[in-house]
Amino acid sequence: MDDLYREVIIEHYKNPSYRGKLDPHDISFADNNPLCGDHIQIDLRVDADGNVAEARFDGHGCAISQASADLLMEFIIGKPLEEVKKLNKQDILDLLGIDLGPVRLKCALLSLKVLKAGVYGLGEASDDLAE
Amino acid sequence: MTFNVEQIRKDFPILERETANGKRVIYLDSTATSQKPTQVIEAMNDYYRRSNANIHRGVHTLAEEATALYEGARERIAKFINAAAPREIIYTRNTTESINLVAYAWGRANLKAGDLVVLTEMEHHSNLVPWQMLQAERGIELEFISVTEDGLLDLESYKKLLERSPKLVSFAHMSNVLGTINPAQEIIRLAHEAGALALVDGAQSVPHLKVDAQALDADFYAFSAHKMCGPTGVGVLYGKSALLESMPPFLGGGDMIKEVKLRSFRPNSLPHKFEAGTPAIAEAVGLGAAVDYLTAVGMDEIAAHEHEVTAYALERLEEIPGVKLFGPAANQKGGVASFTLEGVHPHDVAQILDQDGIAVRAGHHCAQPLHEKFGIPATSRASFYLYSTKEEVDLLAQGVYKVKEMFG
Repeated sequence: MDDLYREVIIEHYKNPSYRGKLDPHDISFADNNPLCGDHIQIDLRVDADGNVAEARFDGHGCAISQASADLLMEFIIGKPLEEVKKLNKQDILDLLGIDLGPVRLKCALLSLKVLKAGVYGLGEASDDLAE
Repeated sequence: MTFNVEQIRKDFPILERETANGKRVIYLDSTATSQKPTQVIEAMNDYYRRSNANIHRGVHTLAEEATALYEGARERIAKFINAAAPREIIYTRNTTESINLVAYAWGRANLKAGDLVVLTEMEHHSNLVPWQMLQAERGIELEFISVTEDGLLDLESYKKLLERSPKLVSFAHMSNVLGTINPAQEIIRLAHEAGALALVDGAQSVPHLKVDAQALDADFYAFSAHKMCGPTGVGVLYGKSALLESMPPFLGGGDMIKEVKLRSFRPNSLPHKFEAGTPAIAEAVGLGAAVDYLTAVGMDEIAAHEHEVTAYALERLEEIPGVKLFGPAANQKGGVASFTLEGVHPHDVAQILDQDGIAVRAGHHCAQPLHEKFGIPATSRASFYLYSTKEEVDLLAQGVYKVKEMFG
């Protein structure tokens, strides 16, 4: 458990650096995890070169889902959207630094799915976006 | 037989096992599904080793034996809930399918646009979605008996709804989230006075309380084997025989027919009319064994034991700062303790408890509208059954303290 609830995860859950909304924004998308009702909204500002200039997340959920969203925002700021589109499950697990069972994996990947659905302009944060 | 929880625990081999990190499993998730005693596991095992065959039409020894076991279980289930006759016991897959059977077969034959079906705000999705689907298809109307802050049904709001002459009142006998035991007999009596039929979702009540279908005067009563020490894959719809006879069949196929021609069929008599195709035979046998097991222990003894453990759990959880409990006081509820812990998401609570072998459930427990009503996305839920002990409750309380510490 000390693995799963590493200090860094509890810290990002309790004191996130990128929680909030961006107004105005270039991209905004929100979706739920139907299993547990976790909800995440992500707002992005994109600069003229197609790089992520600002990123914020909002919503509610467990420590894993909220910490992974915070870590993901930190990670993508300054990166080109084309690179964001290529992020996958392993990138999130590397950010969290933990291994997760199939149920909690859904919590961890919610922010990635919402992010990619927003960047691709899709209507739904489907599972295959995190593959 | 006097009730002895240590003796009972020996009947449940799974309670001996350990989790990955060497902790003995503390199973506090019986509301989701109960564990199974050796008696049930062996009955199903014996069936496959000795008697397996397809039921009804066969004349050979095995087919006769399998049929006798399948129908014998039905007779004991009928007795268990005091149905007037075994033909009032329809085998389904589970409570959900039982409710869907009523929505499809009775609902489509009897409900038209504008007809009112009354549900409650504390229903499981299984008693909401089938009616929402019928609403979309037929234009029926749905109204909901409201739930008070204490987690009880507001009977005044119910009486107001009855003035609108609903066709059906469908409600949970016991809430899977709040644990509330609803006054089923009164709700049914009032429904009948208003000219409505009553369907009871008994998924949580039949495993834990003595249920008497005739005394309740329920028109339909639905429950699942897997929550009452039986296997998954089989459930029951009880219905008054006159009502079941008046209904068109549900699924079509083998066994539910008396006669088939190329362009027509005549349905079979009860209960077979509603049991199309080869059913879950071994599972029905397992449910029969579960009913025998629960009867031998005694439903009143089980209810009394659960009450004691639940009251203790509420007391222990309530004293933890930051814990908020949902649902009524122990004397109005069954073996369920749903709670939130301030500042910690229920999934995290469940995950950290799991590290000590403690199995609780976290989420909306298939009752999303109820959680919305209380303004929370999810709760953690500990639930108890005949094999639960106060020592397990102590470990749960210790575990919750540990969660608090971790999230500081």
